[in-house]
Amino acid sequence: MQELIVNIAPNLASKLPDFYKALGDTMLMVLWSGLISFVFGLLLGVVLTVTKPNGILENKVVYQILDKLVSLFRSIPFIILLTWVMPITRALVGTVLYVRGAIVPLVFGSVPFFTRQVESALAELDGGLIEAALSMGSSPLEIIFRVYLKESIAAIARGTTITIVSLLNLTAMAGVAGAGGLGDFAIRYGHDRNMADITNVTVLVLVLIVCVIEFAGGRIVKKNTH
Amino acid sequence: MIELKNISKDFGSGEKAVHAVRDVSLSIGSGEIFGIIGFSGAGKSTLVRCINLLERPSSGSVFVAGQDLTALSAKDLRAARKKIGMIFQHFNLMPSRTVAGNVAYPLKGSGLSKEDIRKKVATLLELVGIGDKADAYPSQLSGGQKQRVAIARALANDPQVLLCDEATSALDPQTTKAILHLLKHLNETLGITIVLITHEMAVVKEICDRVAVMEYGRVVEQGEVFTVFAEPKQDITKSFIHTTSNLQKVEALIAEDSPVTRLQPGELIVRLSYVQRNVNEPIISAVSQMFNVSLNIIFADITIVQDSPIGGTVAIISGEKKQITKAIEYLIEKNVGVEVIKDARADR
Repeated sequence: MQELIVNIAPNLASKLPDFYKALGDTMLMVLWSGLISFVFGLLLGVVLTVTKPNGILENKVVYQILDKLVSLFRSIPFIILLTWVMPITRALVGTVLYVRGAIVPLVFGSVPFFTRQVESALAELDGGLIEAALSMGSSPLEIIFRVYLKESIAAIARGTTITIVSLLNLTAMAGVAGAGGLGDFAIRYGHDRNMADITNVTVLVLVLIVCVIEFAGGRIVKKNTH
Repeated sequence: MIELKNISKDFGSGEKAVHAVRDVSLSIGSGEIFGIIGFSGAGKSTLVRCINLLERPSSGSVFVAGQDLTALSAKDLRAARKKIGMIFQHFNLMPSRTVAGNVAYPLKGSGLSKEDIRKKVATLLELVGIGDKADAYPSQLSGGQKQRVAIARALANDPQVLLCDEATSALDPQTTKAILHLLKHLNETLGITIVLITHEMAVVKEICDRVAVMEYGRVVEQGEVFTVFAEPKQDITKSFIHTTSNLQKVEALIAEDSPVTRLQPGELIVRLSYVQRNVNEPIISAVSQMFNVSLNIIFADITIVQDSPIGGTVAIISGEKKQITKAIEYLIEKNVGVEVIKDARADR
């Protein structure tokens, strides 16, 4: 193995510990910001859906404010958002550097995206199901969990897959701004020091990660589609 | 069982407001099968949704089993809804759940144990005739089977009322019949009150006891199905009834100058309609013998509504002029509606 790497990617071979660290950092960033974004995005997506005009808990004020906030954050390019939320990042985790400092902007970047994904997944649901559930005397909370979420697992899994892949993309940008990770690794060595093999291997690894994410997502979708 | 008092429902406001239901009052008795018929847009779906407050009426009150639903808290309303089953045109089954899972849906939180729920679901599926489909998913079922699942689900909490919103409109005629028979059977065995929305008079004729005809958000006519069929008062009711009968085709045939409607001098075409419940004598053959006239039947359409025959025939009468007149008088005397459609007596 070691020999193979030395032959194909001599520069990478000399940076292997850095490479593993970068890979780990990327994974950590995706994992933590992904988990947090999943929870918040799901929550906000549900709130948007039920407070919508004609929703089961229609509420114009909540809906309008939330809807505009999501649009606001969706429209800010991530690289600008990264610097814009720095004061919040510093207040929350004490630093804007390293993996810890990257999670806050990553969450800000991907929650609005995932919220929209959840919202569109829930909008796909046949309105007749909600009407049937209401006619059976289900409470709003029951409808959220037993109809909206339960019946949308496949659609939400699809949205989650897309969100995680886009999150992976964002980690590269966060990396350049001081968080480390694969993006930073590829720029620092592959580009800045002209070590093409490092860029190539990094790209290959990212492709593999995306494949694994999409495969897992596809499996969940398939299992929940009848 | 169900009392609607001055129900109105508007959507939107100001000039753009749509008055879906206008001042409708209905009283539906316990154990009755009540039909509400109207063209699409007449407000019937909105009206039926007012019964379980899926649509809250803009004004008026809704009593079900003596309870004023419009006055209930959200929690009490949910409890009341559990006793009002509802089925829909497009079934509205949950695709990620099996048939058993769908029927079990409304039983969660009912206080039944898992085992009791399983037993109840099995009984319900047997009742609607799909005991073997418990583990299938809705996507694997035919339309009729899906509606049976929906009926089982609607019955899960032993409701007193079953609301059917165009429940057979997405089904083929044979399946429609089977589902209507099931509803009738449930009505007879469980004593459940059924409110049935439809745009097909054939559905009303098949199982309803009473019917209300809706047009532009208003109930324009209501009564016993037999009476409404026999003596429709409003044009819209007549047009609905005509859809179930071929007695009106004769006018079209005459307009086309079809050979079957060409008369010899002295003959005439009449439409005889049986509007009383006592049509069991062989009137046509009696007339023919008594007055020595011949009746050549072009159309006949007699159906059974609420266990009494209703309908009529279109026939060409020929014979001596005086005798024809006497025959017609006799028919009228026997409470048969006589309508002369084409008269060639003057041509003689």
